[in-house]
Amino acid sequence: MADQFQLSSASLDALFTALQGDGRRILAPTDRDGRTELNPVQTLGQVARDYVQTALSAKETVFPKVEQLLSYSMAPGQVELVDAEPRALPTVLFGIRPCEAGGFAALDAVFNWDTRDRFFNARMEQLAIIGVACTRKDDACFCTSVGGGPGSTRGSDILLTPAAGGFLAQVLTDKGRAIQALAPELFAPAAGLAAPLAEVPAAFDHAALTARLPELFDSPIWDDQALRCLGCGACAFVCPACVCFDIQEEADKKAGRRLRAWDSCGFAMFTLHASGHNPRPAQGARWRQRVYHKFATYPDRYGMLGCVGCGKCTRACPVDMNLQEHLTQAMAPVES
Amino acid sequence: MSEQNIYLPHLMRIAAITDEAPGVRTFRLEFVDEAAAQAFAFRTGQFGLYSAFGEGESTFCIASSPTRKGYIECTFREVGRVTAGLADKEVGDIVGFRGPYGNIFPIEDWRGRNLLFITGGIALPPLRSVIWNCLDLRDQFGDITIVYGARTVNDLVYKAELKEWQERPDVNLVLTVDPGGETPDWTGKVGFVPPVVEQLAPSPDNTIALVCGPPIMIKLTMPILRKLGFAPESIYTTLENRMKCGVGKCGRCSTGRSYVCKDGPVYTLAELGQLPAEY
Amino acid sequence: MDLIEKAEQLLQSGDVKAVLGFEAGTGGTRRPAFARRPGQARRLVFDDACVQNLASYVTRKETRRLGKVAVAARPGALRALLQLMAERQIQEQDVLPLAVDAAGQVAELPTAQAIEEHLALEPGPVSARDRELLDRLGKLSRAERWAFWQGELGRCVKCYACRNSCPMCYCEHCTMDCNRPQWVPVPSHALGNLEYHMVRAMHLAGRCVQCGDCGRACPVGIPIHLLTFNAEETVHAQFGQRAGASAKLDYALSTFRPDDKETFIR
Repeated sequence: MADQFQLSSASLDALFTALQGDGRRILAPTDRDGRTELNPVQTLGQVARDYVQTALSAKETVFPKVEQLLSYSMAPGQVELVDAEPRALPTVLFGIRPCEAGGFAALDAVFNWDTRDRFFNARMEQLAIIGVACTRKDDACFCTSVGGGPGSTRGSDILLTPAAGGFLAQVLTDKGRAIQALAPELFAPAAGLAAPLAEVPAAFDHAALTARLPELFDSPIWDDQALRCLGCGACAFVCPACVCFDIQEEADKKAGRRLRAWDSCGFAMFTLHASGHNPRPAQGARWRQRVYHKFATYPDRYGMLGCVGCGKCTRACPVDMNLQEHLTQAMAPVES
Repeated sequence: MSEQNIYLPHLMRIAAITDEAPGVRTFRLEFVDEAAAQAFAFRTGQFGLYSAFGEGESTFCIASSPTRKGYIECTFREVGRVTAGLADKEVGDIVGFRGPYGNIFPIEDWRGRNLLFITGGIALPPLRSVIWNCLDLRDQFGDITIVYGARTVNDLVYKAELKEWQERPDVNLVLTVDPGGETPDWTGKVGFVPPVVEQLAPSPDNTIALVCGPPIMIKLTMPILRKLGFAPESIYTTLENRMKCGVGKCGRCSTGRSYVCKDGPVYTLAELGQLPAEY
Repeated sequence: MDLIEKAEQLLQSGDVKAVLGFEAGTGGTRRPAFARRPGQARRLVFDDACVQNLASYVTRKETRRLGKVAVAARPGALRALLQLMAERQIQEQDVLPLAVDAAGQVAELPTAQAIEEHLALEPGPVSARDRELLDRLGKLSRAERWAFWQGELGRCVKCYACRNSCPMCYCEHCTMDCNRPQWVPVPSHALGNLEYHMVRAMHLAGRCVQCGDCGRACPVGIPIHLLTFNAEETVHAQFGQRAGASAKLDYALSTFRPDDKETFIR
């Protein structure tokens, strides 16, 4: 195919230099104290090898955990509003997995349906994604159950697949071609390069799940599954597709600011009314909301799932709420 | 310069404050920016997010009618941090407003029909917008009946307007207070709203019913209307859910496939039947 | 009798409505499990990989709703249960702690006294590794230690996995949830993170049973348990009191004794 190339490791290192020369910062998974997390890097050597996933998702690049929406100053009878401009640095996300790259579409669906979120868009515009396909998986991965896969190109501007001597490179979008154009000599023609991927057998049929969910709404299975759920926000916060947010005010008598922060439908007070009424008073109802929002509401409203099967929620959960397992169980015939 | 900031509120000056009932107050707000005032339009049923700068935002319906230009009104009860911040304000102070958000009462579909408003306590504000909208276009509609109740006489809101509606020959206003809530000179009914409706036995013929009230009132009134023969498509209500962004992004008001801030807050009983009871 | 047999027996007889233990989880891990019917007891395992403090569940309303629960409890959970009894959050009759020995044999500890006697035979709570980390932190200068925590807490995302996994954080309306006044900023900026963790450490000083669940729960690997462990060690050193030692409340920060040190008054 015209858009397939070969990139040696040395060429990739040179590409890093070219990207930085173009004024872009590079964020990539790095190993630190036994964790793999996204950090700024300068050379390929700093990038982690042998990782399955980072703990946090890359959504922080376009949807930070705290973001200022506006600020103001106050005097008696007066308020002066100051709009906030998102500071979006030209960024290349290198080395995230195809599942995560696919998550950006789910964020975009929410941030840009009906009205457009300037903060997300400003950052997304400045972002290019060089994904790296998976040659390994772990027990939490289930990308193939949700329409993805270890070599999925969805969401990447360039997708690299490890191969002998370096990588197979698929240049997929205009942003990808613009990166290639920075140093086209680094991209050699691909000559029948073997680039094997991890095997990820599908655990469930997501279309069947979406079709089945309406009849399962009142099932006791959600309360049962949620018995061990602690109601923290770990799953929502690490999820590349989760986008629920809070708006908080911080001010003194003279000035203030309005901030957006990550939030989670799993928190007990998420839907609490001022009257004290809570539409989802038990953890089972909140767990059910998580599942239904991703697997029923998203397909209905946005034509896609709100889950990319990365398994970050499962790995992050202190009590192993294994999403793949829970969904497979929900699909199983009801035991008497 | 990037796109506009959808979270940035308009600045509004408080033009008038009315104390409606203990803890309940109405603000009349005017846009500080003349251009914004000119460009602003809304439809009855819509709501906004009102800022008490320094405290945060709270969600209230727009309680005034779109037929009355130059200002909007909101009515709120002081229950928490933001409403306490608002309650502290005086005429001339600045608050924020984002909106209009949400869907509308489709009053143009109701031409020639009778309208039945059933509401209680501080749920009158959203319907008050519809009532004035319809009264300002009075000859487009048939009979207008309003059933409104509160715990006590003092808790009735819009007392001056209730008197106006009482005195109009083209409005049938039925007021009621809970048993024990009447004053010695009270001439209205005594009883909870649902049995008052049942007693009134309004006809469903060519009638649209709008029901807005605390959950218990709605729960008991809906079956009465159904028994009287009202079709679920002819019964309208508004939902309240905890909101933050108001524009269908933060996820907080998500109920089934619906965002109450976008697909609501106005729902027919038929539409409500499609949603899980998580509101 | 081993745990599975005991669980079957308890559920069969209806003495308890659920047995709270552990089962196999993803990738060889262990996770909390609720066995509610005798047939479900077969899932239960109890080995060195079973580390979570199951006492965090006994105050949750979803668990209380089930009725009386038996809890396969490690020493950390037993200490937490005593502390919860001391703080009047649970009563003896609400839970049936089950201790499992090295051979897998189960002993019922139906009273506070039984728990106290069992714990008296257990080693102290802090592991060698955590002791070493605490000592290393203690040897840093104040500036170095501040820099360490600034670095660690900067990674916090305020998911509250630490708080929610803690058996002593049972408040339905946590300080963090209060917005009148807003004691601590909600967003996960530097101040919001620092203040949250400092307030939590103070709320746990004298109450932390040093189970380490908070540090294990953190999805970004902050050793947050060291903060509360240190607060607990400090209270012990200053006041001689330890959380989870008894079902009789002995909370240093709300107890006045005439012989309390007043050297800070100058």
